[in-house]
Amino acid sequence: MNRPGLLPACTAMLRRDLTLAWRRRGDIAMPVLYALIVTMLFPFALGPEDTLLQRIAGGVVLVTVLLAMLLALDAMFSSDIEDGSLEQLVLAPQPLALMLGMKILAHWITTALPLIVIAPLMAAMLHLPGVVIPVLLLALLLATPLLSLLGAVLVALTAGTRRSGMLLALMLLPLCVPAVIFAAGAVAAAQQGLPWLAPISWLAAALVLAVVLAPLACAAALRIALDA
Amino acid sequence: MTAANPAVPLLEARALSFLRQDEPVFAPLDFQLHAGELALVEGDNGSGKTTLLRMLAGLLHVGEGELHWRGEPLQRDRCAGEILFLGHQLGLKADLSPRENLQIAAGLHGCRDGARVTAVLAEIGLRGYEDEPARRLSAGQKKRAALARLLLLPATLWLLDEPYANLDRIGIALVNDLLEKHTDAGGAALVTSHGAVSFHGGEPRHIRMHA
Amino acid sequence: MSNWIPLWLHKLGSPPTFYRFAGTLQPWAMTLALLLGAIALYGGLVLAPADYQQGDAYRIIFIHVPSAEMSMFIYAVMGVAAFIALVWRIKLAEVVAMESAPIGAAFTFITLVTGSLWGKPMWGTWWTWDARLTSELVLLFLYLGVIGLYHAFEDRRQGARAAAFLAIIGIINVPIVHFSVNWWNTLHQGSTINIFGQSKMSTDMLWPLLTMMLATKFYYAASLFRRVRTDLLALEGGKDWVRRIAEDEAKS
Repeated sequence: MNRPGLLPACTAMLRRDLTLAWRRRGDIAMPVLYALIVTMLFPFALGPEDTLLQRIAGGVVLVTVLLAMLLALDAMFSSDIEDGSLEQLVLAPQPLALMLGMKILAHWITTALPLIVIAPLMAAMLHLPGVVIPVLLLALLLATPLLSLLGAVLVALTAGTRRSGMLLALMLLPLCVPAVIFAAGAVAAAQQGLPWLAPISWLAAALVLAVVLAPLACAAALRIALDA
Repeated sequence: MTAANPAVPLLEARALSFLRQDEPVFAPLDFQLHAGELALVEGDNGSGKTTLLRMLAGLLHVGEGELHWRGEPLQRDRCAGEILFLGHQLGLKADLSPRENLQIAAGLHGCRDGARVTAVLAEIGLRGYEDEPARRLSAGQKKRAALARLLLLPATLWLLDEPYANLDRIGIALVNDLLEKHTDAGGAALVTSHGAVSFHGGEPRHIRMHA
Repeated sequence: MSNWIPLWLHKLGSPPTFYRFAGTLQPWAMTLALLLGAIALYGGLVLAPADYQQGDAYRIIFIHVPSAEMSMFIYAVMGVAAFIALVWRIKLAEVVAMESAPIGAAFTFITLVTGSLWGKPMWGTWWTWDARLTSELVLLFLYLGVIGLYHAFEDRRQGARAAAFLAIIGIINVPIVHFSVNWWNTLHQGSTINIFGQSKMSTDMLWPLLTMMLATKFYYAASLFRRVRTDLLALEGGKDWVRRIAEDEAKS
């Protein structure tokens, strides 16, 4: 018999999740719509003053993207648990952490990437100056995978429970405070004309750490969740 | 298949039990399964058949007792590719076709030498349904699509939970045929079923479970 | 189970032994907690002089600081128990971790409320986004997350293991939050408040504070023992030792 190498297994996993997401592409649009609607509500709630909206724009976009991602996070493992494919994945002769890493990557591509694509539009709705938008995008590119990775660990932990939506938010909130602080900090610094590299570097450092640790933690959490 | 010393059982359970809320789910089990053997796990509803199979597959933590694989204490990472588990949940993605589902399984588990997805699907009786989304298949066809994994993936030990469920008479004969070929080739299988099942081959070993 | 765990510890980890052990110690711990608490309150509220800057308002420190210390101490205990529970699957460790969480959450809540009450006269605001306060708030959410996750599972032991995992993630998280909020504060140049100043505490104020810290530890022990005993009875309901206790209760 020929056992598949890591690379074919990784591509099989990635292709599977991307194909599944593509077959249900309507679901991909939901977080994007949600983010646009929430962004649109802010000017109505706070008034259309340019200066005020400009000042909060970076933070609003970041928090909205975070909430939109939280909306989609719950579904990361639920269908795989229902139809038993998660069991097959756990039993496959492949490092589970790596396979889950691929799943998280696919999830990031299908939920966070569309949000990043429309982030300039959201920023423009709130009159964020054009020069700041590259920094915002950079911050999002580093902060969203961080959230996907942390979220995956928590979703894996709640995988054995029935209702998990609110619980997930409660658990994720403390974990994402640093990511929000540094991402928003970078945008705020860029807006004030201050150096913004330091918070971006912190985000990158956190991301590197999470890329290494989160899939391992996710695998351990899933084994706990399935063991009943 | 690796050549096995016939004296050493492939799988051996000694006083094996599973604990749920600290209560044993079934009475301690002792059994041996040699290469080329088929074991039928029998018991009433709720006697712990599914639990036993999930534990043998490595999904559940061994509660009490010992499990040995080829004479050594069982270690999951060493035998992961040799055990194939088929549970109540079929592990099919409803949005993917049987062909795609099998390709993914092959990507993760590997392929038997010379086994091809199309040929395997034809053999299992899904010719013409290869590219239909699994959601449109009937319950029996879904079961067949899941069973196709047995033909495609390399494994020494099959753990099959209710493989006959939802199958018609031809399907049942097909499963028996698969089991016979597998054991003839030196593989082993553990099958649960609460219905009476007849095998063409020799008398299977019986493992009786009590709650 | 690993061999290097001392035998007595291993024995203590068995539910019936711990049940008896905790049952003997629990009344003593509670008595000591009440006694020391009363002494500390008398010392703090009556004997200690008023602060020359803050007047009598500072006296809330005798509640606030011990609670704050307990909120972190209990988290540490919970973290260690969670680690033991996950690595060695010891049931007692799971129970200790899970029953510590509500007590820790209560202390964290008291810390936040008393801090807020103290902050109003001192800084003129109920709340400020300072690193210490924010970390404490995050700690409360972590406690609530652990409690919530534990109760979300139908199988209590499985829930305990999942929640123990979350508790360990939290241990890594708290310092990161503290650091990030500190960094954030320097960026925003907001309210930089030196909570304790450089004023040295006089011994009149110090001894009631230390006594209260001791009293809260005994209270924690007493409360934990009580909760763990109840939980062990529930978890081990079908076992012989529990049946014997129930029979003894019925006789008397």
